[in-house]
Amino acid sequence: MNSFTYTRAEAVATAVHETTADPTAKFIAGGTNLLDLMKENVERPDRLVDITRLPLQQIENLPDGGLRLGALATNAHTAYHPEVARRYPLLSKAILAGASAQLRNMATDGGNLMQRTRCYYFYDTATPCNKREPGTGCSAVGGYNRIHAILGTSESCIATHPSDMCVALAALEAVVNVTGPDGERRIPFTEFHRLPGDAPQFDNTLRPGELITSLDLPPQGFARHYTYLKLRDRASYAFALVSVAVGLELDGDTIREARVALGGVAHMPWRQPEAEALLQGQPATTEHFQRVAEALLRGAKGYSANTFKIELAKRAIVRALGLATSMQQPTYSV
Amino acid sequence: MSVPITTAPVRATAVGLPPLHELTLTINGVEKRLQTAPWTSLLDLLREYLDLTGTKKGCDHGQCGACTVLVDGTRINSCLTLAVMKDGCHVTTIEGLSQSDALHPVQAAFIEHDAFQCGYCTPGQICSAVGLISEGHAKNTDDIRELMSGNICRCGAYPGIVAAVEQVLKNEELGMKNKELKMAG
Repeated sequence: MNSFTYTRAEAVATAVHETTADPTAKFIAGGTNLLDLMKENVERPDRLVDITRLPLQQIENLPDGGLRLGALATNAHTAYHPEVARRYPLLSKAILAGASAQLRNMATDGGNLMQRTRCYYFYDTATPCNKREPGTGCSAVGGYNRIHAILGTSESCIATHPSDMCVALAALEAVVNVTGPDGERRIPFTEFHRLPGDAPQFDNTLRPGELITSLDLPPQGFARHYTYLKLRDRASYAFALVSVAVGLELDGDTIREARVALGGVAHMPWRQPEAEALLQGQPATTEHFQRVAEALLRGAKGYSANTFKIELAKRAIVRALGLATSMQQPTYSV
Repeated sequence: MSVPITTAPVRATAVGLPPLHELTLTINGVEKRLQTAPWTSLLDLLREYLDLTGTKKGCDHGQCGACTVLVDGTRINSCLTLAVMKDGCHVTTIEGLSQSDALHPVQAAFIEHDAFQCGYCTPGQICSAVGLISEGHAKNTDDIRELMSGNICRCGAYPGIVAAVEQVLKNEELGMKNKELKMAG
């Protein structure tokens, strides 16, 4: 870990100012990803601005019937919050599918969005990596790429976004509230993260100095028909190879609205509203689920060690839509 | 001619001392005023500066749980926490769980159920179990396994660990029921 200056921000404006003034400064909250990356010398900020004492921890109702999650609310507090569990159980399940209890107790909602890929080449400073050091090449493309992306990739980068919470937030169409040197912005969740393109060093669309202050959940939480299906090499405490977040609004056996988001397959949670539209007004049957699965995986490209993800994702989508319809929970869920 | 060997330690040259931040931590009930560099993890503070070596360093990356302690009653990985960030908090380590000679119920249950072999993961397992119990979300054996999944045991003592946690939860439930009966008269 490099030596750094540590300051504690007492106000949001100070926090923003400190990081805007110093481009090598980083915010630290839970620290569960940043400190890990600093120990590996992947991240080497000269200054850490501790934002944990800022008044951004509240979870509160919004006038439109939605719910606002403070950026500093911990993942655990959020997952177990009665309003989240009742109105947005998809989000609860997704959060609880990730990491460990200890990590969920420390990690913050804002930080969960900011976490970086777990590509082992990104982590290994001895290997070429365009995300870590632009222009050096992508070691994963021709290397061991079991955990890597099959959708939205580029020649520069095939890393995945590792978060479970973000897959649910994408399905729920959350909005990210940020504040920065140029004022406040609201970023629709599906526009927060980006695809690698030819600039994989940028995970998201935040501008320098911007701080996430809260996440807004819309009134529709799909609490009656949802599932978060996570497929991984271990039964617990492992990242997704493929995961699926589903929310359905059913009218008898007919689907009125569907959201399907994929994790573990791209640089950001993967959603295709055109694929979801295929379910609108249709009966909730396997035949229709399969059509959505095909549409969602259109353009999928496998690499030497991860082609299995294409078929796995399709089957997972069909399984998840079935589970959401019948409301049977996947085997492992707390 | 042999090279002369100096016995005097080499002095640090251009690099100055790190800035030392003051912080106050209440550790196992005792308030301590400390000074530390900002990059010192809570784990290293406990082990290297306070000689509280009960908490173990397994992976130092938040992946094994051997460093689990309770901060303000909540279980966390102390290796992924900067000590300075916990200024003002209450920290409970494995050393602080027992009351004088009486073992904490979780410690006693671990012995009764053969929940450790080499013992290296054990302080983290016990602190994690104490956290799990106070969180109150484990309703059955599968829940215990899932909620303890952040603590790894290379010796494979998992069945004993789960049995120990299960017993403490059952005893707590019995204890609550007895209380209710007593209060009902």
